[in-house]
Amino acid sequence: MTALTTTRHGTTAVLSLDLPGEPVNKLNAQVKDEFDAALTRLRDDAGVEAVVIISGKADNFIAGADIEEFTRLSTREEFTRLSREGQEMLQRLDDFPKPVVCAINGACLGGGLELALACDWRVASDHPKTQLGLPEVQLGLLPGAGGCQRLPRLIGLSAALGIIMPGKTEIAYKAFKLGMVDELVPKAILLDTALAAAERLVAAGAPARPVRRAKKGGLVGAIFDRSWPGRQFVYWKARKDTLKKSGGHYPAPLAALEAVRAGLERGMTTGLRVEHEKFGELAATDVSRTLIGIFFATTALKKDDGLPPGATATPRPVERMAVIGSGFMGAGIAGTAVSTAGIDVRVRDTELARVGKGLKAATDILAGRLKRRRITRFEFDRLAALLSGGTDFAAFSRADLVIEAVFEDLEVKRKVLAETEAATPATTIFATNTSTIPITEIAARAARPGNVLGIHFFSPVDRMPLLEVIPTAQTSPDTIASAVQFGRRIGKTVIVVRDRPGFWVNRILIPYMNEAGQLFAEGVPMELLDRLMTRFGFPVGPITLLDEVGLDVGAKAGKVMHQAFGDRLKPSDLIEKLLADQRMGRKNGRGFYLYHKGQKTGPDETVYDLLGLKPRAPADTTETGQRLVYSMLNEAAMAMGEGVVRSPRDGDIGAIFGIGYPPFRGGPLRYIDHLGAAQVVEVLRALAAKHGDRFTPCDTLVRMAEAGGRFYPV
Amino acid sequence: MASPRRPVIVAGLRTPFARSGTVLKDVTAVQLARRVAQELLERTALDGREVDEVAFGQVVQSVLAPNVAREVSLLPQLPRTVPAFSLNRACASAGQAISYAADQITLGHADVVLAGGVESLSDIPILHSRRMTQILLEASKAKSLGQRVGAFLKVRPKDLIPVSPAIAEPSTGESMGQSAEKMAKENGISREAQDRLALMSHHRAAAATQSGRFAEEIAPWFGGRGMDDVVTTDNLIRADTSLEQLAKLKPVFDRRYGSVTAGNASPLTDGAAICLVMNEEKARALGYRPLAAVRSYAVAAVDPGWQLLMGPAYAVPKALDRAGITWKELGLVEIHEAFASQVLSNAQAWASKEWATKLGRPAPVGEVDWERTNVHGGSIAIGHPFGATGARIATTLANEMVKRDVQFGLISICAQGGMGFAMVLERA
Repeated sequence: MTALTTTRHGTTAVLSLDLPGEPVNKLNAQVKDEFDAALTRLRDDAGVEAVVIISGKADNFIAGADIEEFTRLSTREEFTRLSREGQEMLQRLDDFPKPVVCAINGACLGGGLELALACDWRVASDHPKTQLGLPEVQLGLLPGAGGCQRLPRLIGLSAALGIIMPGKTEIAYKAFKLGMVDELVPKAILLDTALAAAERLVAAGAPARPVRRAKKGGLVGAIFDRSWPGRQFVYWKARKDTLKKSGGHYPAPLAALEAVRAGLERGMTTGLRVEHEKFGELAATDVSRTLIGIFFATTALKKDDGLPPGATATPRPVERMAVIGSGFMGAGIAGTAVSTAGIDVRVRDTELARVGKGLKAATDILAGRLKRRRITRFEFDRLAALLSGGTDFAAFSRADLVIEAVFEDLEVKRKVLAETEAATPATTIFATNTSTIPITEIAARAARPGNVLGIHFFSPVDRMPLLEVIPTAQTSPDTIASAVQFGRRIGKTVIVVRDRPGFWVNRILIPYMNEAGQLFAEGVPMELLDRLMTRFGFPVGPITLLDEVGLDVGAKAGKVMHQAFGDRLKPSDLIEKLLADQRMGRKNGRGFYLYHKGQKTGPDETVYDLLGLKPRAPADTTETGQRLVYSMLNEAAMAMGEGVVRSPRDGDIGAIFGIGYPPFRGGPLRYIDHLGAAQVVEVLRALAAKHGDRFTPCDTLVRMAEAGGRFYPV
Repeated sequence: MASPRRPVIVAGLRTPFARSGTVLKDVTAVQLARRVAQELLERTALDGREVDEVAFGQVVQSVLAPNVAREVSLLPQLPRTVPAFSLNRACASAGQAISYAADQITLGHADVVLAGGVESLSDIPILHSRRMTQILLEASKAKSLGQRVGAFLKVRPKDLIPVSPAIAEPSTGESMGQSAEKMAKENGISREAQDRLALMSHHRAAAATQSGRFAEEIAPWFGGRGMDDVVTTDNLIRADTSLEQLAKLKPVFDRRYGSVTAGNASPLTDGAAICLVMNEEKARALGYRPLAAVRSYAVAAVDPGWQLLMGPAYAVPKALDRAGITWKELGLVEIHEAFASQVLSNAQAWASKEWATKLGRPAPVGEVDWERTNVHGGSIAIGHPFGATGARIATTLANEMVKRDVQFGLISICAQGGMGFAMVLERA
């Protein structure tokens, strides 16, 4: 079956792309061949005066290059050739002797946008699904089909770097404002507008180029983009900012910057050459391969129903839900469910003023989306009316799902479960958002244990991408599948984990945090601990993380884990001393660090005095870093061995999305594979000899070291 | 044969009623109406797909959202395909919405109707003068800067004085208060009798607030920037008022010989109220226990130049006749208290032989028994958002009929334009 079909509208040929058997259009070898053939044919067809390119999919233009094809290549030369061929194809499109108009509805990403950029005129629909961007950098690559050249020429250097370097995607309106598209119209008249544009271009004298937008880059463009010294400043600044953010772990943004720079300063031909050379270099790196691996893992996870092998289930869609407890978590869950999935949410708390506060916090999540133009004023009004609340169980009788986010106390949670079961029909699912209490305990007296499970949200709910779904032995497959589907609908990546203390994310985080506490107690300065781990690739270090999470929350979780796993996970007792000094972290402006108006200003030296510590940086920080990193690796391997997660894939995705484990390392389990189990065991044994039994390598690791095993196949 | 269709009130709800310009002053009528409908849908756990139509009353309509009912029917809890219309039978608007719902159900056009009303007298349209309006229109049609400037040059200072709608009869220029004053004088209603009625209204409403009786009928309003200033009660009710205090108030409409004061008249109020009206069979099939059925209703009108608020004197006997019952069979009566003088004038007429003769009836309509009338107070104490009052009264009456196990209840509402509205409810 062919992907491209040509129809004629007068003297304009409309090329429609609809990749057979795929939900979205991708640029693969077949599409490229058909495209080249079609262009040649249309060039030679004297009856054709102009071409319109459009998608045959309902709400997708072109999602980008076919990443699957990448995995079949391995050497730098192969990737360089792939990039060069893409460039050449789009150059032929750019050089096409008749006007070409691109009509964009739905996602127009990566190679899809690069194709659009090579056309003479771009019309986009104002549909919310119409988004344009160059996300290549997020996969450790760069836009390698001329994107680094054509985008800055179209919208100015500064604006283009703002898209290319972070790998950003913009909604159609923003893309129009930036000049990435020339016209923004309702979907219904997209083709008509494109055809009219084609006629206009023909009338203007084909193959005359349309006049580029004069306001390219706006005021910033006028000041910086169009002068040599201005551009030098922009390059310098972009480089500096990126290094600060990436810690030098990600080569892609800087390579993209080089490609852009070469093109603007030394001409298109040089630019294209640097672009495909850098692309080849990047694509062959471990970083890119790891990032692409994560991309595939998340994609696969999106199709995973979360059920144990062999089980089948019919998930029940959640139309209406109730949230018990309107505190920070409850309100976050309510606001997220409304803003992402339009679910009718009833919030319940013990006092109306608390309910009101929760409704406000939930509405604020919607207001944020309104502010970022993700929704319109009218959608805001409509969605906000889905939020309601009270002190009774009104509306529970029609809730498909009830999530409790009340105080972390077993008896309170059991009471809430009993009350919910009394107020809801037999089909309602009850999910507890506990992070420290075993779900099995909470469900122990449930009348309908098949309907009970844990859904562990991370804070802040609307921004954290991960969800842990925790079934008990009694939870029914329908309930599991429904919870997984619900989590996905509200935009989360969902992993199904076993009901063991700490589940997965906190389980591997706590030993690492304990070790940070231990090191701090030994006198290692807080900023050194944080710096070591941001250098390793974490977004923030452990001390900052503790301040963010809250010392009270951290202490509670630490205690629970200590109880469950014994002295191996004994937390440092300095947290209690800090709590006694009213230090809760960022939330009350007093923690390890100083805060001024919510901004972290620097280490609070009085912490050392309070604890009677003399901060002193160790001469060799290698071991300091190892103690942090390896404590997590050991726990991850142990938990994996206990079956806390269903696969290394789930474990690594959970670590990356749940605690910001450095993505380029692929997650703790992938990292163990990278280091080699034998090597990890050796380091752990050395640490155990020096610092105690908590570093004793777990059985899983030891077995793997002996048998030369891995978590992932090679 | 299929059982006859019978319209029943399944549930009712209102926002807190607030003196205009107070706690609900920043809220639009649309917001009030949507809030009360949203909460009713949540509390009754009604699936929005069951709703066939929405009818809402509003007297002073917003120029920007003239069909408030449609804004309600576009709540996300309902499919977007539920038709809706707004209506204006002055102070009887919500009552009219309920009777419309009853008609549609009886006719078989609908099974489930949301009927209510709303008023925000904090959010009324303030208009430009007629001349200013013409100048602005001319300017907006101007084709050149010169024409536009020319248009604005015609503006005179007095054109800038805004025009706001007055509560006066367009046909007579007489204000509602002046009418009430006239009725007090012509019907011999004393100041003391009026104040006593007002006092009873406040004391009964205060008791219903304190006992929690009203709480079940009120959807909390989450106000303030943090949405944590929660309003759960009406702010006009005075538990501590006394005859002495009421007697101290000066008459408003006739300072020398008058008797109508701010204390014995209903105040300008913001609020919304709604009733869920269903065909009985449908209600029971959905598992609801209906409160009361709409047995009959009637509307009447008098010459506005005569006694403007005497409409109920005609409407009530009509509704009773249509219900096929007599006044004596009424276990509960709810009379809308626009003014104490109006309530007492109507009561006097119902009880009088002359009035009966005038209506060609053999005997008087009936005597008001205050132990069974306005048992939780009325509009003087609770407030009177014009469009909403009818649904407020219907809800309180229907709930009370269940609580007291009463067979028949009556609603009487006087309305602008000399109209009267009456409705008979029957235990479902």
